[in-house]
Amino acid sequence: MKKNKEKRNLISIEILGLLLGLIWIAPFYLMIVNAFKTKRDIFSGVLGFPEEVVFSNFVEAFIDLAFLKSLFNSVLITGLSIAIIILFSSMAGYALARNKSKLSGIIFFIFVAAMLIPFQSVMIPLVSIFGQADMLNAGGLIFMYLGFGCSLSIFLYHGAMTGISKSMDEAAIIDGANRFQTFWYIIFPLLKPISVTVAILNVIWIWNDYLLPSLVLSESNATIPLKMFYFFGQYTKQWHLALAGLTIAILPVIVGYFFAQKQIINGVSEGAVK
Amino acid sequence: MQNRSLSFWLFLTPVIMGLGIVVVIPFLYGLFYSFTDWNGITANAFIGFENYINLFQESEFMDSIWFTVKFAVVTVILLNIMGLGLALLVTRNIKSGNLLRTVFFMPNLIGGLILGFIWQFIFISVFGDIAGLTGIEGLNGWLSTTNTGFWGLVILTAWQMAGYIMIIYIAYLENIPKELIEAAKIDGASSFQRFKNITFPLVAPAFTVSMFLTLSMAFKIYDQNLSLTNGGPFNSTQMVAMEIVRTAFSDNQMAYAQAKAVIFFLIVAVIALTQVYYNKKREVEM
Repeated sequence: MKKNKEKRNLISIEILGLLLGLIWIAPFYLMIVNAFKTKRDIFSGVLGFPEEVVFSNFVEAFIDLAFLKSLFNSVLITGLSIAIIILFSSMAGYALARNKSKLSGIIFFIFVAAMLIPFQSVMIPLVSIFGQADMLNAGGLIFMYLGFGCSLSIFLYHGAMTGISKSMDEAAIIDGANRFQTFWYIIFPLLKPISVTVAILNVIWIWNDYLLPSLVLSESNATIPLKMFYFFGQYTKQWHLALAGLTIAILPVIVGYFFAQKQIINGVSEGAVK
Repeated sequence: MQNRSLSFWLFLTPVIMGLGIVVVIPFLYGLFYSFTDWNGITANAFIGFENYINLFQESEFMDSIWFTVKFAVVTVILLNIMGLGLALLVTRNIKSGNLLRTVFFMPNLIGGLILGFIWQFIFISVFGDIAGLTGIEGLNGWLSTTNTGFWGLVILTAWQMAGYIMIIYIAYLENIPKELIEAAKIDGASSFQRFKNITFPLVAPAFTVSMFLTLSMAFKIYDQNLSLTNGGPFNSTQMVAMEIVRTAFSDNQMAYAQAKAVIFFLIVAVIALTQVYYNKKREVEM
């Protein structure tokens, strides 16, 4: 009897959950369905299916977004930023964890404290300084991402180092490895799980970042969010094109999520709870 | 590695340069410039607290702070209720648990700018059509008034971030020993009693974590604000972050904008330090 009641309860919870899930993806559904409509079709109603399915919106949006170029810029900037954040932050996390002096503690504290500073509080002098150094370009942007991203990453690497015994280093040093070899061949591979977390957190942030690239990059080397902003401004009141553009823009993220959802959710969970 | 060893410093050089040039130096420069008449290139005069006195008298800036505070309070409450609710839902023994986790979390991966554009379509066109079909007048003209702009931003943010808060609550929920719940079941505790006496107290730390996390996220929102309402109508849905960006890059009042940015820093820092204080206190109690 009791088992049956519990089972019924679970089924109603399941139905409630699925309904909520449908509501959750409704905005994406409405975006995609209407991206296949003609302008007139959208005007006469956005809730139904397309009268005739058209693909031309996607073609036009794809060309106007210069999508391959924007995608390339996004991949390049995100990829290089992540690579240097992971390399330099893991090195720093290692050095700070293996040096127990007061100075090392102070340096670590400064990195953690810097996380308190919101972007808007440094943005104006930052743009001015980089502008005077003629560094308002993709290279400058990647360096800025190192500066903004290293604090949290060092914090995570520093925490992970506590689980790696010092005898690992000592054995390698006795075998004649120098500090960098010890780090690169022994320690860095052991840090792989936390590197995955660091990579995921930074990819989500850098891939989607709008404000900083909008201040640094010119339109010719715009990333996807930046290009999307210009594109959307051109097509106000032309929802058929705007929605097709938005669909194209989020496609890479959805594909990535499909293949790595477990790692992504675990990574975000680890980054938030620590 | 010793302080004097070369390798210690070599390992740290890249990040010290990164943080120094990108965050620390601009921050200190900004602090200094906020007391001058800096125009982005040169500063001619030291003007003391003039920028600060002016900003507290500027209604647009104060309105943006007030709007942000209201937005933050509503969003924080809503997000935590939704996050905990979703977490309780997907951790039940249901078949679609993992699928639902994936779905609820999805909006988090897409940037606020793009999501804001999508919701602009939902609020204007979809809501308009539903109003036409059902006759519910309240669904017409969304985002064209301050009030609907406010709730539009709240809905967008809650939808985007609830999945993230859900993940935090799940992490704590899954740490609750199963035996504890089983034992209470055997002792005849109802599901409400189990929630009130076991689940809730053990999840309480997650409450502090996500409350401050959502509070500082809500304060720093920019992209969603830009793409959903663009501050309109008449700058009435403009949040602090956007107000600062506009003062700097549309009005070109660099020193004045920087003074606002310093105030913004103080607000965000106080929120974060309160969190650190609470966490420390809690750890001591435990």
